[in-house]
Amino acid sequence: MNVLENLHYTKTHEWVKEHKNIARVGISDFAQHELTDIVFVELPSKGAELTAGKQCAVVESVKTASDIYAPVSGKVVRINDKVADAPELLNHDPYGDGWLFEIEMSNAQELNNLLSAGEYQQLMA
Amino acid sequence: MLNKTPLYQKHVELGALMVDFHGWLMPLQYEGIVAEHQTVRNKAGLFDVSHMGVVEVLGQSAYPFVQKLICNNLDKIQPGGAIYTPMCLETGGIIDDLIVYQLNREKFLFVVNSTNREKDFQWAQKQAAGYQVKVTDISDSVAIVAIQGPKAAIVLEGLLRRELDSLARFHFLEMDIADRKLIVARTGYTGEEGFEIIIQKEDAFWLWQRLGEFGQDFGVRPIGLGARDTLRLEKGYLLYGNDINEDTTPLEAGIGWAVDFSKEDFIGKTALAKQKQEGIKRKLVFLETIGRAIPRSGCQIKKEAEVIGIVTSGTFSPSRKKGIALAYLEAQYAVLEKIIIIDIRGKESAAKIVKVRR
Repeated sequence: MNVLENLHYTKTHEWVKEHKNIARVGISDFAQHELTDIVFVELPSKGAELTAGKQCAVVESVKTASDIYAPVSGKVVRINDKVADAPELLNHDPYGDGWLFEIEMSNAQELNNLLSAGEYQQLMA
Repeated sequence: MLNKTPLYQKHVELGALMVDFHGWLMPLQYEGIVAEHQTVRNKAGLFDVSHMGVVEVLGQSAYPFVQKLICNNLDKIQPGGAIYTPMCLETGGIIDDLIVYQLNREKFLFVVNSTNREKDFQWAQKQAAGYQVKVTDISDSVAIVAIQGPKAAIVLEGLLRRELDSLARFHFLEMDIADRKLIVARTGYTGEEGFEIIIQKEDAFWLWQRLGEFGQDFGVRPIGLGARDTLRLEKGYLLYGNDINEDTTPLEAGIGWAVDFSKEDFIGKTALAKQKQEGIKRKLVFLETIGRAIPRSGCQIKKEAEVIGIVTSGTFSPSRKKGIALAYLEAQYAVLEKIIIIDIRGKESAAKIVKVRR
């Protein structure tokens, strides 16, 4: 399974890419592989206030629906419209074009609670 | 301890994602559910369905015995013919839905749902008291491989070295190929042209291998349970445990056509005749969602605050690119073209009652 070095991870298989207080969120390669063919994505609305650890989105595969949890708290400033029409992007490019939404962090310290690539890899060993 | 079919090793070699299907270690998918679904609709796919149960009924009174057990009528078929039927309790509740194969007047095979193997066998044995029949569970000595799709016939004809045009739907052939005994039936669970082949378990590898070889030029691929479910649900075929169980009757489930009231007697006839007369209170309908949300088993159907139905099977339809489902609805609301509201994880989702496209 592909685990990118420069990202933070959660135990629930979300990844975070941080840049200037904006956290971009997606699901890991492991998650997309477990889910199999993704057919529907339900994203949070722009402007929504998210709380770290709380359910904020849904990714649906042919077999089942899977909750996505906000890795950090903050306001949703951007969502990836492409995945609405092409949910398969999450399977094909989970770290790139398959990103889900961006949060303007209210507390950047929360990043310290997340796992490093190494720690995430350990979790799945 | 999970059960394994004779073809388990093949699935592992092919890199299948294996899952626990009601106590059986089965392939959920090989390449992906959507890709496998399209392969069956456009080319042909191979399925290992050896987890299903096979019960043999043999004896002088096999014919009247089977007639007593099943709702449909054997008089509709001849030796070499097969019939789809529910098998009911006295209450009219469904014990199983199955296909009965008539080899001759004294020999029948029941091919039953894997989840009901034990139950169906015990039931048949119990009901056999007073009849000159021997009921044997032969599930563990056989394997079943299905080949389904537009290219299924041409591939199978290659292997069997005979034409199959003359084999009509719900008919089967008993064949012998290089000392291997096969029953080749034109039956299936995908809605495509196809065949289900019953063989001795020792010959399972050989059959799977040979079908794969003959099928290579036609793009035949192995298909897992994930696609099996999307394929059957698209055609409105029932899954025991989801859409039917001992609390549902064939009339409620829309398979009243497989109940023959003109038959003198069968278990459940009285109860079903009564229900037919009084009218059913709930009806199984086929739904297609208007948005992209996918209804799942257990989702409630609401009319304002009132619950008027429940989803029994739901999935994403790769062919329609929409959510599809089977659901029980209070009879008064079960009208074609009607839009109903499904509660999908707390959100209201509209869906339309449509005819199944067969």
